Amino acid sequence: MVWVNDIIQGILIGGLYALFACGLSLMFGVMKVVNLAHGDLAIVGGYVAVGVITVTHIPVLWSFVIVVPLMAVLGYVLQRTVIQAALDRSILTTLLVTFGLSVVIENGLLEFFSANSHSLGVNNAIITSSFSIGSQITIAYLLLLIFVVAVVVLLGLQYFLYRSRYGRLIRAVADDQEAAQLSGIDYRHVFGIAAAIAFGTVALGGIAYGMYSQFAPTTGTDTILLFAFAAVVIGGLGSLWGTLLGGVILGVSQAIGAQISGSDEFLAGYIVFLAVLVLRPQGLIARRAQS
Amino acid sequence: MSEAQESGSEPILEVRDLTVHHGQLRALDHISLRVFPGEVYAIIGANGAGKSTLLRTIAGLNQPTEGTIRYDGKDVTRIRPERRATSGIAMVPEGRRLFGSLTVEENLQVGATYARTGPWTIERVYELFSWMKDRRAQRTEQLSGGEQQAVAIGRALVANPRVLLLDELSLGLAPVVVQRIYGMLPQILASGLTVLLVEQDVSQALRVASHLQCLLEGRTTLEGKPSDVTPEEVEAAYFGLRTAPAGEGSEEP
Repeated sequence: MVWVNDIIQGILIGGLYALFACGLSLMFGVMKVVNLAHGDLAIVGGYVAVGVITVTHIPVLWSFVIVVPLMAVLGYVLQRTVIQAALDRSILTTLLVTFGLSVVIENGLLEFFSANSHSLGVNNAIITSSFSIGSQITIAYLLLLIFVVAVVVLLGLQYFLYRSRYGRLIRAVADDQEAAQLSGIDYRHVFGIAAAIAFGTVALGGIAYGMYSQFAPTTGTDTILLFAFAAVVIGGLGSLWGTLLGGVILGVSQAIGAQISGSDEFLAGYIVFLAVLVLRPQGLIARRAQS
Repeated sequence: MSEAQESGSEPILEVRDLTVHHGQLRALDHISLRVFPGEVYAIIGANGAGKSTLLRTIAGLNQPTEGTIRYDGKDVTRIRPERRATSGIAMVPEGRRLFGSLTVEENLQVGATYARTGPWTIERVYELFSWMKDRRAQRTEQLSGGEQQAVAIGRALVANPRVLLLDELSLGLAPVVVQRIYGMLPQILASGLTVLLVEQDVSQALRVASHLQCLLEGRTTLEGKPSDVTPEEVEAAYFGLRTAPAGEGSEEP
């Protein structure tokens, strides 16, 4: 029964990892940018939530209504300026630039919020309580909520990408930028929209993480970015539902690792990550070979 | 309309002294051309003559080092490719360049997203290529080369361009398929389009063109109406043989 509980916890935490990973995967799939600042942006989302809650006294669970649009706008602006400028030079430059962004964000947060940890909604009953099934299985409402949110976000993204006009343009630009230009599409604007979505989803992940655990300025790179990468690689680059599958597998292996020995939690996750990289480098849900 | 173009109406597309470099290599060397409304203007030449570079530069995908491109009386040399597309210059690029993960219909929908108003709709493209409607839900990756070429033409048409640039329609296609695709040209022209095409297949180009220009290593070696040039002249201009008479400025004013 202990194992069943572990696996359930692992699956649920996979939802959080999917929220971290889907934006990373989208930005790589559409504009071939590996955003090394992705984890820091989640944390920025968390800090913005702290600020927004302090100023407006909005309930924690509703803070995303303000934070997500703010981060989406930031995503569009950063993409159209700094990241696009890097892309115009070379794909490699985007690695340097997003790494630089990561350093700048981390130090900015240290300067502004200090190295102390923050968390969101410690006094909120929904966030801190849980329910039990039988004697061994305990499920936190928060984890269940995060998992549901992740599934809703992925469903929404899928609907947007495959049913809407802009989603179609995003897929077209991902396939062939020049051909898209010949159809009158400004791919830079489309890139901006994709970045806005990526920043919005990762901000949601950051808020969720702030409720689930606590974050400090360095949490973005030493935890979130790594988990996001692992989830994307396990699930398959460019695959939307792959990020959820990857997140779930990462979560379950961490839970099982922790059960074996407390210090093996993250090790187990990375062993699975490496095993997938060696045995099935295209990920479990492989996209078409072309991109 | 065809009478008007003879008596000195304004060219819809005018390229003057266009020079384009690929790094150190000079791909185009002071190329000029004037395309009048309703024409089928064919650029021929061997591999590496600069034909595709010329079309790509007109569409805005390559930047010239010298020279100007005027479309509809306005200088568009520094305008971004997507703005040229929405103002009425559409291109069917070499190698089709379809959106491979999208379906046939989605490819056409993307082409129609920023379309000008005009006679072409997705329905009309389905009428032109009768097989297409039944297979509109298929990914274009699964189509044959000829079918992909048809979708690429359809994607350009639904934008309702005034000038259609066709880059090597025959490339990699069986002769029968090429015949069939070029056979569609009269129906496309009937909607009032002007066509500037690039073709390696000289006989095909001669069959459809109202005006001919031959490039060799980035320079013009022959220019004129297909009826005014002899096969020997074309051959000489195409391969760069000595006997080629300079076609420069021999056009009527």
